[in-house]
Amino acid sequence: MKDQACIVGIGETKYLRGEGSGMTLLGLQLQAATRAIADAGLKNSQIDGIMPFPTLGTAEAFAANLGCVNLRFAVTIHMGGASPVASLESAALAVTSGAADYVLIPAGWNGYSSARARQTVSQDVSSLPGGTIARDYYLPYGLTAPPQWYSLMARRHMHEYGTKAEQLGAIALAMRKHAQLNPNAVMRGRAMTMDDYLASPMLADPYRLFDCCLETDGAAALVVTSVERARDLKKKPAYIMSVAAGQPYPADEFTNRKDIFRTGLTIAAPEAFARAGVTPKDVDFAQIYDCFTFEVLQQIEEVGFCKRGEGGAFVEGGRIELGGELPVNTHGGLLSEAHVLGMNHIVEAVRQLRGVAGERQVKDAEIGVVTGWGDFGDGSIAILRR
Amino acid sequence: MSESATGYTKPLPVLEGFSKDFYAFCKQGELRFQRCKSCGAWRHMPREMCAECGSWEWEWAKSSGRGEVFTWTVVNRALHPAFRDSVPLAPVIVELEEGVRLLSEVQGCTPEELKIGMPVEVVFDEVTPEISLPKFRRCVR
Ligand SMILES: [Zn+2]
Repeated sequence: MKDQACIVGIGETKYLRGEGSGMTLLGLQLQAATRAIADAGLKNSQIDGIMPFPTLGTAEAFAANLGCVNLRFAVTIHMGGASPVASLESAALAVTSGAADYVLIPAGWNGYSSARARQTVSQDVSSLPGGTIARDYYLPYGLTAPPQWYSLMARRHMHEYGTKAEQLGAIALAMRKHAQLNPNAVMRGRAMTMDDYLASPMLADPYRLFDCCLETDGAAALVVTSVERARDLKKKPAYIMSVAAGQPYPADEFTNRKDIFRTGLTIAAPEAFARAGVTPKDVDFAQIYDCFTFEVLQQIEEVGFCKRGEGGAFVEGGRIELGGELPVNTHGGLLSEAHVLGMNHIVEAVRQLRGVAGERQVKDAEIGVVTGWGDFGDGSIAILRR
Repeated sequence: MSESATGYTKPLPVLEGFSKDFYAFCKQGELRFQRCKSCGAWRHMPREMCAECGSWEWEWAKSSGRGEVFTWTVVNRALHPAFRDSVPLAPVIVELEEGVRLLSEVQGCTPEELKIGMPVEVVFDEVTPEISLPKFRRCVR
């Protein structure tokens, strides 16, 4: 499958807080979708595959609005925030096997103006990762939300490897610095210092406010097609060298993992690099799912950019900033651009590979990595090239 | 008795399936986990089969109730309304002597005193007439 499918269209809405989008959940995603389809130089009706994000829309509703009269491929990957990147694998398989010609992958939500984290009441078992396990064994103790789950892992990493608050801070600062170069980043114009970071309120120790992703309104979308079809389209394609997804074990709870740092990415990353025929050293930039700072550090380790336990030192000294050895989240990420479920990470990767990232362009970017992280550590990774 | 009649408003386990048995033992003051009758492996969360050997045969085996803090957090801002008046609260993962881990909390211990490796033993907090939650207190090893 290597280099047989590519991303040919990208689209985004404005990313907002404040008054919010003023659009419906579907309308917001349709705006990003139509922009991605137009970017590819296609007509809405040519889309014959749709992969909606879990619980945020149905292929039927997208198709009925877009006029997709020949919808043939409708699949949702259930991996939380790892879904968009994992969807690239199914989309690539679909367009190379003939199951579909043009696959649309949309994602987005009114994460600021609608259901916000602080308002969630997680008694609905169907919406909880872990389902009845979380209900019966986590919730009674006040462990109800993602920063709390992951803070337990971050604390253990600090214990085993000496990872420091300032190293988590270096991640938050890098994302914030990149956001200053991105006109669509919610945190543009709001620079952050290490003192600001350390002074932000502790929400779930060791996570401070600035270790946590934003809550924003916004949507992003992609169109995937085969290399043959891409030749007739107007934009330079971003080739999908490989995609792999993986689950931690067990995936439905995290307290009893023999190795709590072994996540889905631990098994997905080596597979993706083997299929692409490249190594982490060949990568020019990485867009890493940054729901929280420690998850960036952990994914840097599990992808193999450094050894496990060395992530703290790796993120220091500007190494993950633009101009460094491995620029990470050149758009600002979920921490400082917007929380668009990681779809914004793929869009940014394509922009970098097209060479149209403006002030934040990674010079001569040829190969980029995008990761996804979801639920209790589901993982996905795509290796893309120009 | 309904939840509101007891005045306890935090989320409670639903007493069905394996959780019904797990919490019935807790109510009797016993911490029990599944143990495979074929290979002897202890397990938590409760499962239908032994993932180690594939056996369907298992028993509710009694834990010593002793273990140590594996990791911890301190929640200063509740993200669930039922815990709004209970912060700071400190969920911990306790690793029991049998090797299984349980998410819980350590009573009689301020967040500042929590340490990975701290020895703890189980106590049962009768939060409603129907349900006792297993919690822990510091002990000497
Ligand atoms: Zn067994």
